[in-house]
Amino acid sequence: MLTLRSAQTLQLTPPRLLRPFSLLYLIILFISLYRFNSIQLNELIKPNSKTLNSLSFYTMASSLLQSRIPAISFSSSLSSGIQWRASAAFPAKPRRKSSPVQAKIREIFMPALSSTMTEGKIVSWIKSEGDVLSKGESVVVVESDKADMDVETFYDGILAAIVVGEGETAPVGAPIGLLAETEEEIGEAKAKAANSSSAPSTHPPAASTPPPPSAVAPPPPAKAAAPVPTDGPRKIVATPYAKKLAKQHKIDINSVVGTGPFGRITAADIEAAAGIAPSKSTIANVASVAATPAPVAAAPPPKAAANNFVEIPGSTVVPFTTMQSAVSKNMVESLSVPTFRVGYPVATDALDTLYEKVKPKGVTMTALLAKAAAMALAQHPVVNASCKDGKSFTYNSSINIAVAVAINGGLITPVLQDADKLDLYLLSQKWKELVEKARAKQLQPNEYNSGTFTLSNLGMFGVDRFDAILPPGQGAIMAVGASKPTVVADKDGFFSVKSKMLVNVTADHRVIYGADLAAFLQTFSKIVENPDSLTM
Amino acid sequence: MAVDAFAASNSIGSRSLRFCGLRREVLGFKSLSSTRLVASSPQRHLKKVSASLSENGTSSKGFDYDLVIIGAGVGGHGAALHAVEEGLKTAIIEGDVVGGTCVNRGCVPSKALLAASGRMRELQNEHHMKAFGLQVAAAGYDRQGVADHANNLASKIRSNLTNSMKALGVDILTGFGTILGPQKVKVGSTDKFDGKTVITSDHALKLEFVPDWIAIIGSGYIGLEFSDVYTALGSEVTFVEALDQLMPGFDPEIGKLAQRVLINPRKIDYHTGVFASKITPAKDGKPVTIELIDAKTKEPKDTLEVDAALIATGRAPFTKGLGLENINVETQRGFVPVDECMRVIDANGNLVPHLYCIGDANGKMMLAHAASAQGISVVEQVCGKDHVLNHLSIPAACFTHPEISMVGLTEPQAREKAEKEGFEISIAKTSFKANTKALAENEGEGLAKLIYRPDSGEILGVHIFGLHAADLIHEASNAIAMGTRIQDIKFAVHAHPTLSEVLDELFKAAKVKVSVSSPVGEPVAV
Repeated sequence: MLTLRSAQTLQLTPPRLLRPFSLLYLIILFISLYRFNSIQLNELIKPNSKTLNSLSFYTMASSLLQSRIPAISFSSSLSSGIQWRASAAFPAKPRRKSSPVQAKIREIFMPALSSTMTEGKIVSWIKSEGDVLSKGESVVVVESDKADMDVETFYDGILAAIVVGEGETAPVGAPIGLLAETEEEIGEAKAKAANSSSAPSTHPPAASTPPPPSAVAPPPPAKAAAPVPTDGPRKIVATPYAKKLAKQHKIDINSVVGTGPFGRITAADIEAAAGIAPSKSTIANVASVAATPAPVAAAPPPKAAANNFVEIPGSTVVPFTTMQSAVSKNMVESLSVPTFRVGYPVATDALDTLYEKVKPKGVTMTALLAKAAAMALAQHPVVNASCKDGKSFTYNSSINIAVAVAINGGLITPVLQDADKLDLYLLSQKWKELVEKARAKQLQPNEYNSGTFTLSNLGMFGVDRFDAILPPGQGAIMAVGASKPTVVADKDGFFSVKSKMLVNVTADHRVIYGADLAAFLQTFSKIVENPDSLTM
Repeated sequence: MAVDAFAASNSIGSRSLRFCGLRREVLGFKSLSSTRLVASSPQRHLKKVSASLSENGTSSKGFDYDLVIIGAGVGGHGAALHAVEEGLKTAIIEGDVVGGTCVNRGCVPSKALLAASGRMRELQNEHHMKAFGLQVAAAGYDRQGVADHANNLASKIRSNLTNSMKALGVDILTGFGTILGPQKVKVGSTDKFDGKTVITSDHALKLEFVPDWIAIIGSGYIGLEFSDVYTALGSEVTFVEALDQLMPGFDPEIGKLAQRVLINPRKIDYHTGVFASKITPAKDGKPVTIELIDAKTKEPKDTLEVDAALIATGRAPFTKGLGLENINVETQRGFVPVDECMRVIDANGNLVPHLYCIGDANGKMMLAHAASAQGISVVEQVCGKDHVLNHLSIPAACFTHPEISMVGLTEPQAREKAEKEGFEISIAKTSFKANTKALAENEGEGLAKLIYRPDSGEILGVHIFGLHAADLIHEASNAIAMGTRIQDIKFAVHAHPTLSEVLDELFKAAKVKVSVSSPVGEPVAV
């Protein structure tokens, strides 16, 4: 869900807002913003602009967006939201200001009620569609992993449509209902609700639903088929679970032909109509005939059968932490990007000398490398670019160096923003702060998801070279190995010993080509070999 | 006796007893201070007790027994044990099997089914197991095995009850007991008992088959427990409830939460505000059909087609054949009228001497433990001690997963009372989500609610929905029975980490205006 939304957002928000870990961070973001205060809809009901999700709304790191906030938050309309999306090209002109202020249909969003909440379940709608709401009234009860909370409205209006029904689940920030200001707008809001609920991006099925099998999905067999001839106008009989599933998958139960006992519609019929794999939920009465005990043992563990992994006795399974899940998700996502790697040996004697000199002033090697990379990137903007949609280059206006840090069995990438502009000492200071915050788990989202280029250094372990996986959303990542004394021959045949380190850059070949990377590395190497510019 | 949550639906057949064959008569003389009682208890067999009590409990001259109890359900059993302890010569008359509804057709076998189905539900919940780091291969069940467990449990409890009474010297007389007159009871034959017409929870408990789709008429305790059993075993359930909302009788807030957890996410739908006017059993290849009519207008509303129907609307008292006409007592809707001390009231509004009625037969509170408490209370009175049972201190429980329990008043009842008597009430609530033990069990879903008087600290009602709620309620019910006030009980220590801390938190969350009271107040009889 978030990723889908992110994709939409990308076009008009600076890409740094949507970095690999954005999923994770959205939540943290909400906390810091809401600080567990009473949840009021004024913070949750935002203008209906699909292109703006709550993340971008609040992250606003970019000045670009910032300038537009007032217009967005208080006077948006359906149509203007759409317009804005259309004007999605990168530095969008603030044309929304000129868009007329028309209907006031506001979305009610799923609030974040706790730090660990990623999705919420609608416990109950206190109000129903068509009810007139006045400011401060409780509208809906939302269940988080911690508690149930009444959510109040900050606006007067009419509850025009309920997008996410009772018992259903929606991710934090997803619209769950629409609030119209006047009765005339109810129709419009309803149409809107119908659209959005049919679009899977705004209304994901409950988590328990098996994903649609891509290849197998049969066309809805019963839909639109001629009604089965029956004796007279037979009433439709559907089992309770079938009705629930139909509601969940928005299947019109009247269009489904029942194949169950007595022609009733069963859950399997609905699943077939919805084109999803039948759930294996039917509970087996394993031994109704031969009542011998322990009939269950015979069944092979289905999981093993599913992915052919041999189960090794004595192994333990430890589920991912949230951070690890985010890493896993990003790593799998990275497989869709065509990457290549270019390595380069860099002499570090001069850098090492400089390092000795500036070390007492609190400068770290990380800061030195980040600064060097940033300066090189300034000369090679394409390496600082990224490919968001497979069709275009996205050139980033700032150079933000993300640095991979291993932390408590996880991995996080604090970002040194505008690394090319800050001087070495400020950068070092900044880095120290970021590391402290990372340790205390207090990094703000834009402090870990706004990178445009990533640096990963395993040199301190003596690793001489490695290659890194490109985080989705960025153009390149640099893997730095250890600096080692190396015998080199110069052009006159003299041997000498110089410290060299191997850097290896992984890049997205859709936007960054071999020559780009080579040129970038050459520049980087020159900067490192003549590091005086780093201190300027 | 009573049944904890079981209601029987209909009928238990007519009890025309013929007294041919052996009949024993218990005659009572008038002894001097003869207190006699006939307690008749509920349920299927009623038990009624007529007894005469002579001084110091040695057998009275003219009477066969000090106390005769008609009906050996849980209420009769509890009364018999207490009577023996008090030194009364006691007999118990049972026309069917010892244990009554509770043990044979009610709470006991249903708990066996719930225990099995609850595990089934847990094993099927992959998400739940995964949260523990456990992996379970396809879980399945053997219907007969589950049914046998319920049966075996019932017979085991039945023999336990029988043995305990025998061991104490209670005479168990087999046959139907009929009151012939003051202090006179006849034991009839056991034939002629027709139990076949009962199609209801009695049958369902035998678990003869697990239907794909079952309609449950009534969404009270019994219906709810059965929906828990059937959905865990794979059935889909449709509730038919005459009132406008499901789970009438529960505190509304608890009912709402229970609906959210026990109904909405399961394969259950429901029709409220309708009566099942006609149920046609399956035959000739047609499903069971249930005609629904609007509860108010009586207009036909809908017809359900299901694979089975379970009637769970409550148990009827079994008071026919008791011989009540011989002592001029008229039942009201089948219930024997009694005063607050369980003394039977005759048609003229006078107390019938020496005759008491407890359990389902008096309809005060159709719960097994209530019957037993009433029986004990009666024995106390028979022995010359004043005793009035506080029914508001009797807890009730519904053994779904998770369980529901309650004692005292619901919030609306408390508000009504407060308004009438001019005091204020307050509500305190705690969540299982804040309880360490509950979280360790991955069962954080739950709520405990306390209704109390902030001016005095008196506990008016406690309602719990959550893991082991049925076991947790007793701290509150004991407090109500003892008259313990919140300001005192909140200092009691609870082991950590335990579920009982939910109640600890609850008492601590209450804001009582008086800070000190006597350590233990006087018991308050209501």
